[in-house]
Amino acid sequence: MELQEAVRAPYERERYNDRSPDLLIPRKPFNKGSFAILMTLLVLAFLTMYGFISFDYKDLDFGAAIQSTLQTLRTMFFSPALNHFNFSHALYQVLITLGLAFLTTLFGAVIALFLGLLASRNLSSPLLSTIVRSVVAFIRAVPTVLWVLIFAVAAGLGSVAAVIGMTFHSISYLVKAYSESFEELDNGVIEALKASGAGWWQIVFQAVIPSSITYLISWTFMRLEINFAVAVAMGAAAGAGGIGYDMFMASAFYYDVREIGAITYFILVLAVLMELFATRLKKKLKVKV
Amino acid sequence: MQDSFFLRKRLNTSLYCALLFLITIAAIIITQYDIVKGFTSIPKAAEWAVSNFYPNAKAMTKLPDILDSLMETLLVSIAATTVAGIFAFLFAILGSTTTGIGGVFSLLSRWIATLFRNIDVAAWSMILLISFGQSVMTGYLALFFGSFGFLTRAFMESIDEVSNSSVEALRATGASYFSIIVHSVIPSSIPQLISWILFMIETNIRQATLIGILTGTGVGFLFSLYYKSLNYSSASLVVIAIIAVIFIIEAVSNYVRRVIL
Repeated sequence: MELQEAVRAPYERERYNDRSPDLLIPRKPFNKGSFAILMTLLVLAFLTMYGFISFDYKDLDFGAAIQSTLQTLRTMFFSPALNHFNFSHALYQVLITLGLAFLTTLFGAVIALFLGLLASRNLSSPLLSTIVRSVVAFIRAVPTVLWVLIFAVAAGLGSVAAVIGMTFHSISYLVKAYSESFEELDNGVIEALKASGAGWWQIVFQAVIPSSITYLISWTFMRLEINFAVAVAMGAAAGAGGIGYDMFMASAFYYDVREIGAITYFILVLAVLMELFATRLKKKLKVKV
Repeated sequence: MQDSFFLRKRLNTSLYCALLFLITIAAIIITQYDIVKGFTSIPKAAEWAVSNFYPNAKAMTKLPDILDSLMETLLVSIAATTVAGIFAFLFAILGSTTTGIGGVFSLLSRWIATLFRNIDVAAWSMILLISFGQSVMTGYLALFFGSFGFLTRAFMESIDEVSNSSVEALRATGASYFSIIVHSVIPSSIPQLISWILFMIETNIRQATLIGILTGTGVGFLFSLYYKSLNYSSASLVVIAIIAVIFIIEAVSNYVRRVIL
């Protein structure tokens, strides 16, 4: 047996060598896309690991903290109660938050409609659209809460600073969304209208806006949902009033877990209602964003 | 006929406008928003920003501190998003209509995603603040829960969109569940998933500032510290640093997206 194998071995090797050029060809050719995917995943994994190592945990006892969080969550969700105000007050505060979100979205939408027209490349000059786009990118880079706090210096803490600061962010988000919808319009339509002697405003109101109105409405509703969440956060972080402020008080001053639970239920119900409404509206308008 | 069509259309439009106007008035009354003050505060804020809100030499000495905590915020955002992405992927596989195993699991994972998405990160950070205190973990977990809810929903839709027919084809050849996931679902949907993760990292850096203000960690804490002690030049340096980081992250993720999509 051994002899036979020894005799066969060189043949085997030869056959292997015959095949080797085939084997040397990699199964998947080098591809920039898949390389980038691999690199991104590796970098993210590395940064995550480095982050976990470098965090300053401040002698945090994880077991105890997790246990007490579970305890907190159980108390929150299974025995909610309002201790520092009553049901109608909570409802009114939720309405205030909703009002803040609505005003912000409305102001943002109106201003963004015009800026979006200026920012879309097919409707304005290249220079103008570049300027509007960079200003908007700058506004978007600053977190909303910083805008609100910056305006709070001039207007004082309260609804004015919150609305103006949040409007800034809504504008920057909606300008991007609107101008992308405007740019989807067929160039032929604009050309045809121009050839028939239509002015800029006529093109905008007769062709551009009617053809993209469903997109505009669905983006605006999406922003209303976001603004509601932002308004809750601004109430907590910038004293803008509304249910977020009550939540901040319950958490940071009273340590009242049950009240946080009740407020969370209020927010959750409203958020789910808004999402249902938006989904139905989108289905009715038949757009997918 | 034609007249009544246009009349009805015009009536409809004015009805909607009237409704919108009424809601606006109601919102203004409820929130006690002062329109005049709103308009006048913009130039006032601009004037104040030009005269006070810029970094000076004294603020520059704070730069190492700011960069330190900015780095921490950045790492928290990335770590939260990545780990949330892994969990979201598992839940999305279970919950999606093409790859889900159906029944209770799909429903459960969809419900969990909806619940986590609709509780805002600000709410999460206040809930977690009670047990975890002013540590990095509060911000990390708040971002993690928020990202998890959002990413699960986004991943579900991406997986459904991409892998419907290929999953069917593989199932017809008799491939097992895991080989379908590994050889079809992951390769075909991974560019979209990475794109969502990058988007979430950008969002989370902004959110981390807010969470930092609420929980007293990271760069948000530094901002609120300087802001509350009226040290506006240092606060402005924080803002500039945040803007720079967000622009860099956006540029990198736009580049990656262009290559992979």
